[in-house]
Amino acid sequence: MQDIDIADLKRISEVIYQKYNYDFRNYAMSSFKRRVLRIMELKKLNVETLLKKFNDSPMFINEFLDELTVNVTEMFRDPSFWRVMREEIIPAILLNHRQFKIWHAGCSSGEEVMTMCIMLKEMGILHDVSIIATDLDVNILERAKSATYPIKNMELNEKNYIRFQGSAPTLKDYYKEENGYAVFNKDLLTNVSFRKHDLVLGDIFNKFDLILCRNVMIYFNQSLQNDVLKKFHESLFKYGYLAIGSKESLIWCDYANRFIVVNNEEKIYKKIKD
Amino acid sequence: MSKYNINNSYKAVVIGGSAGSFQGVVKILSQLPKSFPIPIIMCLHRLKHVRNGFVEALSIKSVVQVTEPHDKESIKKGSVYLAPANYHMSVELGNYFALSTEEMVNNSRPAIDITLSTCAFVYKEKLIGILLSGANRDGAAGMKAIHDRGGFTIVQEPSECMIDTMPKAAMAATKIDHVMKVDQIVDFLKELDKQYR
Repeated sequence: MQDIDIADLKRISEVIYQKYNYDFRNYAMSSFKRRVLRIMELKKLNVETLLKKFNDSPMFINEFLDELTVNVTEMFRDPSFWRVMREEIIPAILLNHRQFKIWHAGCSSGEEVMTMCIMLKEMGILHDVSIIATDLDVNILERAKSATYPIKNMELNEKNYIRFQGSAPTLKDYYKEENGYAVFNKDLLTNVSFRKHDLVLGDIFNKFDLILCRNVMIYFNQSLQNDVLKKFHESLFKYGYLAIGSKESLIWCDYANRFIVVNNEEKIYKKIKD
Repeated sequence: MSKYNINNSYKAVVIGGSAGSFQGVVKILSQLPKSFPIPIIMCLHRLKHVRNGFVEALSIKSVVQVTEPHDKESIKKGSVYLAPANYHMSVELGNYFALSTEEMVNNSRPAIDITLSTCAFVYKEKLIGILLSGANRDGAAGMKAIHDRGGFTIVQEPSECMIDTMPKAAMAATKIDHVMKVDQIVDFLKELDKQYR
């Protein structure tokens, strides 16, 4: 397998930034390197031919983004997180708002959004919630909109769902099996708007009561994590909630003191200061 | 110079293990010299969807508390780290961890190859890699990366392994400096510790 050094990675991210206005310059190095190497292997490119491709074929960037972004996700990932959502966080929001807004930042193929919708439906409040789900990668957004997941992933999704519910229910009520895919009932996504949005370069576009951004910022270096947390802070109403991945941490960010930890095990924070 | 031809230039020990490695890891951690001078970074195959329990089980007998690092956590001397469930664990230039949820590698997440090869990249010849019992080939490419960057490589004696596929795959992939039983690995780490005193 070929290797690639840091100078090459910098050249690549610089070209992408100058030419296509996507900024990977502050991505965490080791995973960015693995992703780029993976693409070079897949498309049979070396550093020079990759750079040439960025110059010669403007459409290549979409292919590149689709492979670069990590789209490994599951429904009800960390079932204990979803129990805390159902039993503590959502009820706390409902105390003050009959209707509220959620942002799934970096929604990938949409499993987390679908999880949220199923949970809200089971709580009887799906129609009181408006959800915006964003990702950088337009191809993956199309997949998320289709509410269709490979059937081979359903075994894991079902297992998570059982651990979430604590009994032996099934997700089968929500989907039909078609050609090796689980096609979920699209009515579940009625109040969801999927949009392209870039966390790194994009603007603040709305205010929310709850933001979920789990296992997205792990691909950023600390300085970029810091910048993105500022955007989340600005995008939250006062006393709104932010959920990140179970092994992520905010403690070193400048804005950490504007949040309190609501649940340390599940990494749920609450904005307490503007 | 010690009997193993080692000195005090090493910056980290990285350990990989899978099926049948638990007892060996426990033995190593329970006999580790107090205030071991460099970090021990472990990537052990584990149940993907069980977040709790493993680090606690390892800590019971360990001389040093074992922790699962957060993303971007700094690596400290004398600490023992374990790759968390369902995340790959990399080491970055600047001496901190980075976690990721990328695709499984060798059917594993965490994958030993990722932890070992990122350690090799960062620590170069100042790294000791140890690969224990296991049932697949994960870790072989990582051990090769360690050797290629000038690091020191040890595998568990295959005849002592519950399943010897993993150490044997590493032996086939690259030059292994020492093939050792767990007791010898313990002795080796004690000898290493002495180099820093």
